[in-house]
Amino acid sequence: MEAQTIIAKRIARELQSGMLVNLGIGIPTLVASYVPDGIDVYFQSENGLIGTGPIPEDGTMHPTLTDAGGRPVSALPGACTFDSAMSFGLIRGGHVDMTVLGGLQVDAQGRLANWMIPGKMVPGMGGAMDLVTGAKRVIVAMQHTAKGKPKILDQCTLPLTSVRPVDLVVTELAVIGFPEGQATLLEKAPGVSIEDIVNATEARLAVSGTIPDMPI
Amino acid sequence: MKTIPVERAAALIPDGASLMIGGFMGIGTPERLIDELVRQGKRNLTVIANDTAAPGRGIGKLISAGMVGRTIASHIGLNPETQQQMLAGKMAVDLVPQGTLIERIRAGGHGLGGVLTPTGVGTVVEEGKRRIDVDGKSYLLETALRADFALVNAFLADYRGNLYYALTARNFNPVIAMAADTVIVTADNIVPVGVIAPDHVVTPAALIDYLVTNP
Repeated sequence: MEAQTIIAKRIARELQSGMLVNLGIGIPTLVASYVPDGIDVYFQSENGLIGTGPIPEDGTMHPTLTDAGGRPVSALPGACTFDSAMSFGLIRGGHVDMTVLGGLQVDAQGRLANWMIPGKMVPGMGGAMDLVTGAKRVIVAMQHTAKGKPKILDQCTLPLTSVRPVDLVVTELAVIGFPEGQATLLEKAPGVSIEDIVNATEARLAVSGTIPDMPI
Repeated sequence: MKTIPVERAAALIPDGASLMIGGFMGIGTPERLIDELVRQGKRNLTVIANDTAAPGRGIGKLISAGMVGRTIASHIGLNPETQQQMLAGKMAVDLVPQGTLIERIRAGGHGLGGVLTPTGVGTVVEEGKRRIDVDGKSYLLETALRADFALVNAFLADYRGNLYYALTARNFNPVIAMAADTVIVTADNIVPVGVIAPDHVVTPAALIDYLVTNP
């Protein structure tokens, strides 16, 4: 299974019926493809839509129905639209139950850096800082390493997105949480050893007891 | 409210003006007004908007034409020309978290001096700002934003200037319509008064100064 498929499928298991969920671009967007049977969630696009549905079929796209990247989406029955002040009131005000975001680095306490690489990539933070600050639950979807280098570090070298720690990091190797401010191995991908995960992680990982396989 | 052709609407805007422009990646941007500003060759504009769209689209056209001296936005990642001009020192860019940007504009339109937001506390966004603790929680004081002009796009406008928006083209439009000295609107459709029911009007006509006629 491809790394991003493993990550998206695992995160989809975190969804519960009735949740309002915001998915970032990249791997997080794929989570919508793996919503478990019987689970009904609302997806929010921060450009002003609750009830975001799949990419529409040819001939049913509408120029004013788009996601936060400006791409055409569909609106499911019961969808609603609103302005950006309300959209970010929903996000900052704790009305969004869960957000899934990409990550460049996460530190040992679970603090995320995902919005710029000084001098190289300065796209702007968009809605990321508000989402990490305000969503009830923050899940990072990212590959465990970049070009062989760990992305889960003692300390982030890139500017932080928020000082609020994320709740869960899901990679193609592991699920990591941060109880009491300490990076902790919660699950491993099938066929991956704990040693593999520890070697691919710079931050000290708490490992205790039997580590279960990810349910994917 | 006056109804005027696009050429006259754009001519109201002098070089050096500050413009709030509606749209999210070009969706809901008053495209005809942008095209006319480019044709008239305005200089040194300040643009306050969510993003700078992409080259050839929405605000991206103003950027490509070198007409913008300063941009205040939350995201410029999909317009490489904005990043190039910023890195070359040709244009100043202030990057603001999206929720903070829209609240600063809302504050400007609602008579508030600013807002207190938890977003950005402890990050580079905090630099140069006051941190204020309220009931044990830290917030940044983010000051209000206003502009000389708001350039708004609506789906429907009636002949008095009441506005109704389409789907995700609403975004910044109703918020900026409150926060500028002069509000200029383009509408996909201009309809008789009464077609937009009173409880469907999103932006009241009393806020609108100029409605651009359709061709």
